[in-house]
Amino acid sequence: MIPADWIWGLIGGLMIGGAAALYLLVAGRVMGASGIVGGLLQNAGSNLWQERAVFIAGLAGVPMIYGLLNGFPTTNLTSNWVLLLIAGLIVGFGTRMANGCTSGHGVCGISRFSTRGIVATLTYLGFGFAAMALFRHGLGIV
Amino acid sequence: MRLVVSLLTGSLFGLGLTVSGMTNTAKVQGWLDLFGQWDPTLAFVLGGAILPMLLAWRIAAKRERAMLGDPIPAPSEPVIDMRLLGGSALFGIGWALVGLCPGPAVAVLASGGLAPWIFFAAMLTGMALWARIAP
Repeated sequence: MIPADWIWGLIGGLMIGGAAALYLLVAGRVMGASGIVGGLLQNAGSNLWQERAVFIAGLAGVPMIYGLLNGFPTTNLTSNWVLLLIAGLIVGFGTRMANGCTSGHGVCGISRFSTRGIVATLTYLGFGFAAMALFRHGLGIV
Repeated sequence: MRLVVSLLTGSLFGLGLTVSGMTNTAKVQGWLDLFGQWDPTLAFVLGGAILPMLLAWRIAAKRERAMLGDPIPAPSEPVIDMRLLGGSALFGIGWALVGLCPGPAVAVLASGGLAPWIFFAAMLTGMALWARIAP
C-alpha cells in the first residue's frame, strides 16, 4: 500500500508542474519563486511588477482560502525567531545569488535538462542533507 | 490577460504546494533528514512537477513564441560558477534550518501567527542585500 502522503505529493506536484507549464506556454515565463518574489523589490509599479504581485497574491491567497474552508494544514513552523531570521536571510540571499531555487532551478531547470539547474539542485540538496545531519543530529537545534 | 495568467499560475502553484504537504516544514525537513525518520514525499512532489514540464519544454521547443506573443526564454549558458554553487549552498543550509524555500514561504503567510512573516521579511532582506552587492 502506497502511503497517502506520497500520492498527495504526486498530485500536488502535478499541479505545480501544470502551473509552471501554463506560465511557460501562455506567458513565456519561467516559474521561479525566488525570481518573482525578489523581482518585487525592483521597478515597483511596472507591468512586470504587477504581474509578479498578482502571482504572489494567488500563491498566498489560495492556501489562505483553503485554510478558511478546511483549516490551514499544519506548518510545524518553528517559533524561534532567531532561526527564522537567519534562515530567511540566507534563503533570500542564496537564491538570488544562485538565480533560482526549488521551482526555477529544480522544477523548470531539471525538466529542460539545464546544466545550471541540475548542478544547483544537486548543490542545495547536498548542502541541505549535510546541514540537516549537523543541525539535527550533531547540534540538536532543529 | 497577462495578469490573469499570472494570478492563475500563482494560484495553482499555491494549491499544489498545499495539497502536496510542502507547506508543512516538518515534511520538508524530514526529506532532508537522511539519518533520521526520512520522508520521501518531496521526491514525489518534485517528480510530479517535472512531468508536465518535460512535455511543456518539448512543446515550447517547436515554437518561437508563447501564446501571448512573448518569446520562449532562451536556455541559460551552461556556466557553473561560484555564484551558482555558493548561492545554492547557502540556500540549502537555510532550507534545512527552517524547512521553507521561497514558494512555500509565500504560501504559508496566512497560516497564522508572526513566524511566517518574520521569515518572509528576512528573506526579502536577504534578497535586497544580494541585489545591493551583486556584481
